Amino acid sequence: MEILLNRWLSFWEKIQNPGVYGEVLKGLRNTAYIAVVGLIIGIVIGTLIAVVRVVPKYKRIARILDKICTVYVAFFRGTPMVVQLLLGYYVMLPLLNITADPLTVCVIIFGLNSGAYVSEIMRGGIMSVDIGQTEAGRALGLSYATTMKKIVVPQAVKNIIPTLGNEFITLVKETSIVSFVGALDLYKAFRNIGNSTYEYMVPYLMMAIVYIILVLIITLGIKLIERRLRRSDRRN
Amino acid sequence: MIDVINLEKSFGNVEVLKGITTTIDEGEKVVIIGPSGSGKSTFLRCLNCMEDPTSGSIIFEGEDLADMKVDINVHRRHIGMVFQQFNLFNNKTVLQNIMLAPVHVGVSDIRKAKRKNFFTNIGNIFRKEQRDLIKIDKTKAQVIEEARENAYILLNRIGLADKADVYPSTLSGGQKQRIAIVRALAMNPKVILFDEPTSALDPEMVGEVLDLMKQLADEGMTMVVVTHEMGFAREVGTRILFIDQGIILEENTPKEFFENPQHPRTKEFLSKVL
Ligand SMILES: Nc1ncnc2c1ncn2[C@@H]1O[C@H](COP(=O)(O)OP(=O)(O)OP(=O)(O)O)[C@@H](O)[C@H]1O
Ligand SMILES: [Mg+2]
Repeated sequence: MEILLNRWLSFWEKIQNPGVYGEVLKGLRNTAYIAVVGLIIGIVIGTLIAVVRVVPKYKRIARILDKICTVYVAFFRGTPMVVQLLLGYYVMLPLLNITADPLTVCVIIFGLNSGAYVSEIMRGGIMSVDIGQTEAGRALGLSYATTMKKIVVPQAVKNIIPTLGNEFITLVKETSIVSFVGALDLYKAFRNIGNSTYEYMVPYLMMAIVYIILVLIITLGIKLIERRLRRSDRRN
Repeated sequence: MIDVINLEKSFGNVEVLKGITTTIDEGEKVVIIGPSGSGKSTFLRCLNCMEDPTSGSIIFEGEDLADMKVDINVHRRHIGMVFQQFNLFNNKTVLQNIMLAPVHVGVSDIRKAKRKNFFTNIGNIFRKEQRDLIKIDKTKAQVIEEARENAYILLNRIGLADKADVYPSTLSGGQKQRIAIVRALAMNPKVILFDEPTSALDPEMVGEVLDLMKQLADEGMTMVVVTHEMGFAREVGTRILFIDQGIILEENTPKEFFENPQHPRTKEFLSKVL
C-alpha cells in the first residue's frame, strides 16, 4: 500500500505540470474526436450499405453494388482494426501519394471500419420495420428511395439506438490503438507520463479509470436517449 | 378505367392467379369476395403492381402497368390503397401522414420542372426556334400550405382535426383506418383499392369505417373492395366478383349474386358466410 501511495504522490506532482495534464487532455480530446466522428461517418456509410443490401435485386447495378458491399463488410470485419490502420497509414497514403496527419487517417479508418459494423446493425433495424410501412409509402407513389429515407430508415434508427451506443463504446475503447500510427490518445498520453518517470503503475491505473468513467458516461447518455424515445412513443 | 387482361401471378411454383380478365369502369364499386387463400389480396395488389404480375396486362389510363418500363410511381399517385393493418407511418404525426405524399410529389414536380427549364434555357441560346418553358405556377411554400389546408379539410370531415398533431400509436383502430382512408384521398385518386379494411378492427369500430366508405361511394369514387362484410357488399357494391382458386368463378350484381348464385361453390361459400 505504501508503495502505491508514494507512487501516487509522485504521479500527482507530475500531473499538475501544465505540459503533462495538457497532453492528457489532448489525448482525451483526440479519443473523443476519433470515436465521435468515426461513428458519424460509420452511420452514414453503414446506412448506405444497409440500404443497398435490402434493396430488391431486380437491376444489375443493384446486384453489383451488393457484391461490392459484401466485400467491403467482409474486409473490415475480417481484419483487426490495427491492421486496417497500418494499411491506411503506411500503405494507402504513400500509394495514393497523399499527405495526411495520423489523426485524420485514424478518423477515416475508424469511420470505414465502423461503417461495416453499423451496416449490419442498420440492416437488422431496417428489417425490423414492418413491411406495411414500405407498402404504404410505395402505394402512395413514393419511390423506393424516398420511402426508405422518410419512413423506414428513421424508424430503423430509432430501433437500433441502444446497439449503436454499444458500437460507440467499442470505438472509444478501440482508440487505444491509434498510437500505432503516431496519433496521440489517452493511452499514449499516460504512457508518456510513465516513460518520463519510469513508473507505469499509477499512470496505467489512472488510464483504466478514465476509460471506465468515459464508458459509464456514455452508457448513461444512451439510457437517457432511450428513455426519451420511449416516452415519445406514448406522446399524447 | 382499369382493364385487367388475362392476369396471372405465381409465387415461385405456386400459381395464385390463373388468368383473370375484367374491366373496372369509372364510378363502379367492385366488391371482391371469396374463400381465404383464393387470391383476392393478390389480385388487388396486382392492380397497382404492389405485386408484379407474372403475365397479362393492367391497362390504366391507356398504359400497361405490368410493363416494367412505365413509371409506376406516377400511376400509383392516382390509385389509392387502404390496408387491413392501416399502415399509418409510425414516425409521422397524423397531419404529416396525410401531407407527406402530396407535398413530396408537388415539390419534386417543381424541382423537375425547374431542372428541365434550366436545360431548355441553355438549349435556347443555340436554337433559332425557342422552346417553351414549363410554367411553374406554385412555390414550394404554396404546395405545402395547400396540402396542409386540404389535410385539415379531410380531418374535419372525419371529425379528427383535434388529432392532427398526435402520433398514430395513440389512436384507436377505427381512427387509424379512417385516417388511412383520408391519407389516400389526399392524393385525389381516381380509384381506391381496399384490402379487408375492417378485418383488423374491433367490432364496435367497423361501423365508422364502413360509413366513411359509403360516403365515398355516394360521392362517386371508383372503389375496389376486398371484404367479408356481406352487408356492405350488398348495399354499396355495384358488382360482385367471386374469386375462387385464382379465377373469377362468378360475377354479378349484388342482388343477383346473393339471391341467385349460380355455381355450387358460390352457393357453398354463401351458405357459410350468410
Ligand atoms: N408473397 C407471397 N409469397 C408466397 N406466397 C404467397 C405470397 N402472397 C400470397 N401467397 C399465397 O397466395 C395465395 C393467395 O393469397 P392471397 O393473400 O391473395 O389470398 P386471399 O384471398 O387474400 O386470402 P385471405 O382471405 O386469407 O386474405 C395463398 O395461398 C398465399 O399463401
Ligand atoms: Mg387477403
